[in-house]
Amino acid sequence: MSVELGHYLAVSGIVFGIGVAVALSKRNAIAVLMGVELMLNAVNLTLLSFSRFSTAFGPDDEPLTGHVFVVFVLTVAAAEAAVALAMAVLVYRRRETVDLDRINLLRW
Amino acid sequence: MESTGIVVAFWVLSALTIGAGLAVFLSRNLVHAIMFLILAFLGMAGLFVTLSADFIAVAQVLIYAGAISVLLVFAVMLTPLASRDNANSLYVVPGVLAGLALAAIVGFVAFEADWAALSGAAADQRASGATIEVIGDLLIGRYVLAFEIASILLLFALLGAIVLVHERTEPAVEVEPGAAGGELARESREPA
Repeated sequence: MSVELGHYLAVSGIVFGIGVAVALSKRNAIAVLMGVELMLNAVNLTLLSFSRFSTAFGPDDEPLTGHVFVVFVLTVAAAEAAVALAMAVLVYRRRETVDLDRINLLRW
Repeated sequence: MESTGIVVAFWVLSALTIGAGLAVFLSRNLVHAIMFLILAFLGMAGLFVTLSADFIAVAQVLIYAGAISVLLVFAVMLTPLASRDNANSLYVVPGVLAGLALAAIVGFVAFEADWAALSGAAADQRASGATIEVIGDLLIGRYVLAFEIASILLLFALLGAIVLVHERTEPAVEVEPGAAGGELARESREPA
């Protein structure tokens, strides 16, 4: 028994699904951000497993390009976490809550 | 991908990652949820190691398990009156259904597609060497523009986070949210 591309993709899909469920159904803004981080992590796993297993690269293609993509995803995830948590702290300072069911200023 | 150790490591790390992810969803305490999230990040870093992605695994441990989780803990501690519980909102049923549907679709495709045609042991010849030289070459060579844009993005995220949470020293005058950013930016240049 060996581990192949499909196994990694299945794990990645499950973790992405957990991330979606957390991001959509949690009440605390920080918990929603945790779900987003899980989703980004699952995407990283997909990129890395394709980079490791795929043979569909041309002669000029570099298989480790997937790793470079993951580096950029990590960068954007770090920036997004910093700004989103700053926004959570700012909202808490004005509204005394980070409960997303009660932050409905923009609701139509 | 033949050796038994890698297969065992894959199954153990997958179970650890998925179990920790489920615990993030199910745990009642937000701080416990962050701890399980760190566990999921570490399991994911182990999976990256089984994919011979050594540099990314180390970066994952440093950035996710180190920096972002500390940031999350700080955010929880800075919102003390907010509820500590990890409660679900009104949209729990559609959220869980969407998550299940996505996981089912991706899992179905992952097991039904014929990956054998386009996947295999092609990457094995480079699995012996470290990946970091190639990543560095690509970052400074072919993807240098994206690299510079990412550095500018990080700079502005840093500035934005500082401007957002900058506390005014004078008694607060309620300003429009649109004008707040500019005013804070002006103030932050003057020493208080």
